[in-house]
Amino acid sequence: MKFISRVFVSAITLSFLSLSVAAETITIATVNNGDMIRMQKLSSEFTVANPDIELEWVTLEENILRQRVTTDIATKGGQYDVMTIGTYEVPIWANQGWLYELDNLGEDYDIDDILPAIRDGLSVDGKLFAAPFYGESSMVMYRTDLIEKAGLEMPDAPTWEFIAEAARAMTDKDNEVYGICLRGKAGWGENMAFLTATANSFGARWFDENWTPQFDQPAWKETLDFYVDLLNDAGPPGASSNGFNENLALFQTGKCGMWIDATVAGSFVTNETDSTVADKVGFALAPDTGLGKRGNWLWAWSLAVPAGSAKAVAAQKFVGWATSKEYLDLVADQEGWKNVPPGTRLSLYENETYLAEASFAKMTLESIQSADPTNPTVDPVPYVGVQFVAIPEFQGIATTVGQQFSAALAGTTSVDDALANAQSTVTREMTRAGYIK
Amino acid sequence: MQQATLNQRKILTSVLAWLIGLMIFFPIFWTILTSFKTEADAIASPPMLFNFSWTTENYTEVLSRSNYFLHFMNSVIISVGSTILALIIAIPAAWSMAFSPTKRTKDVLLWMLSTKMLPPVGVLIPIYLLFREWGLLDTRTGLVIVLTLMNLPIVIWMLYTYFKEIPVDILEAARMDGASLKNEIIYVLTPMAVPGIASTMLLNVILAWNEAFWTLNLTAAKAAPLTAFIASYSSPEGLFYAKLSAASTMAIGPILIMGWFSQKQLVRGLTFGAVK
Repeated sequence: MKFISRVFVSAITLSFLSLSVAAETITIATVNNGDMIRMQKLSSEFTVANPDIELEWVTLEENILRQRVTTDIATKGGQYDVMTIGTYEVPIWANQGWLYELDNLGEDYDIDDILPAIRDGLSVDGKLFAAPFYGESSMVMYRTDLIEKAGLEMPDAPTWEFIAEAARAMTDKDNEVYGICLRGKAGWGENMAFLTATANSFGARWFDENWTPQFDQPAWKETLDFYVDLLNDAGPPGASSNGFNENLALFQTGKCGMWIDATVAGSFVTNETDSTVADKVGFALAPDTGLGKRGNWLWAWSLAVPAGSAKAVAAQKFVGWATSKEYLDLVADQEGWKNVPPGTRLSLYENETYLAEASFAKMTLESIQSADPTNPTVDPVPYVGVQFVAIPEFQGIATTVGQQFSAALAGTTSVDDALANAQSTVTREMTRAGYIK
Repeated sequence: MQQATLNQRKILTSVLAWLIGLMIFFPIFWTILTSFKTEADAIASPPMLFNFSWTTENYTEVLSRSNYFLHFMNSVIISVGSTILALIIAIPAAWSMAFSPTKRTKDVLLWMLSTKMLPPVGVLIPIYLLFREWGLLDTRTGLVIVLTLMNLPIVIWMLYTYFKEIPVDILEAARMDGASLKNEIIYVLTPMAVPGIASTMLLNVILAWNEAFWTLNLTAAKAAPLTAFIASYSSPEGLFYAKLSAASTMAIGPILIMGWFSQKQLVRGLTFGAVK
């Protein structure tokens, strides 16, 4: 009897012990890009240091990820403990109470080292709701050999007028070299990211202070005329279906004289394995028209903890690790400085080794620092966001407007008709949503 | 003369059939070909047909990055499980509609089919909330249930069509010999409808295998089938076509092979009763 009770007590003790050491599993939803995949690969370092936490990864295409995490967070489904979201979602979701405030990222977490522009974009009322994993702006990437051949010199801060002149001068259609490659594929995160940021530099804006759409104003007409004419004269064929990846492929294979797009592309176009022009690439700030705003955007893929997560403490611990200075050192140690996630920390841009290895680093930092999401346009606006308007309706209306502008580029509609359709569509949707009384 | 015209027509029909066949197969062929290219070759312009440096690097990377076997097993369990469950429900339902119809049977059949006309996203939130309440999110059981419900109207319709071709006299004879309803369905009706049931089963497995709305929205890490495995290789910033093609080839491979082996049965079942 005594033996049986001993066995019984031991069994209970063991089961309690096993419960206390059982690892907590957190599920991380992320997009498929180089930096995120690298994080997944290096995450064993985190689990070794934190044996009580196990990681499960869900990697998805950006739009599917957005659809899934939105469904999960809106219904408090609790499927994910860490979500990869962008600067567009953070202010909207934080205001809805869908995200935990990140106030427990670890004692050594250097929050003041985060680039101020990025930190502002991920904070609401001074509270941080997502930690940046990598940040980006946009800049001009150009072929140093082609611009020299054209007899021009790229300034660090070019104007749109210069870009247009250089693009036309570099174009050699017989040899399939096109002066400029820009996004033309319809989508709020595709052509509309580029065109909204460009419009800012032409003095245009989505809405006035009363939420009245502004596509009927001269600044938008000037923006779209300039864009369509430039791509018709100096762009690649089929530009209306080109997004980031298509233009990346064109640039890497030597078919673009210039490409204005995400700063994160700096490491791709200078990568000798994939790029045939790796040693002939220069960088400059996104262009302006002298009105005080440049055509560069601001974006950060960031890690956030949804309010539905039952494992918020462990999730914040992971977020703290993946966005820390120590993580950057780990990547540098294992994969080299060129592969460190860019655009999040000031200390990275003070690191001489990084600056020496990454020729795009200086321009990336300057581009990020010059973007101002709270004051993105020449004239005042009621919204936050450089290449987007941080309201839930933006994804839908910007995709519709993007289709109009893509059609104008393809030549199936005129610039005037595209702008008129954009004005009527956006007015209708904003009235429906209650912004316009 | 007549024979020559007949031969010409035969040749023309064969050529046309081959052309259509090749057109249908071309996307699959291109996907397989792309999976052996480097990322740079995959987006080369003009496209490279065979003159590229062949590599199996994409397969190595996909296999090292993802747990293919887990996704594969999830796909098998979800598609086979939902098919079996759908057949268990659909055989008696189709029997009653085919052999014991009422004046509302046609309306019921049409109503069932009309549920397929609703865009799935319209019921995503209610189903998501129910799944959350019942703890079915990211479970294979949950997906088996939802895919059964989604494909049930088609399964019942197909079986109803096959059952209608079976002479009711045979079933009546069995009944006169004292067969119970259960025995009538299991031992008389089912063996006679095997081609129909088999093709319905195969079609349902294919539909469930390829289903990419519910399987993507209701799963996370544990129950994600091969559709989620493919979706993880598309990238917003960076070249991905070669790796995506390798993942797609690995995902469609099993169902393609199954389709080839069972095509005779599938065609026989699908054309069952088509020509009287």
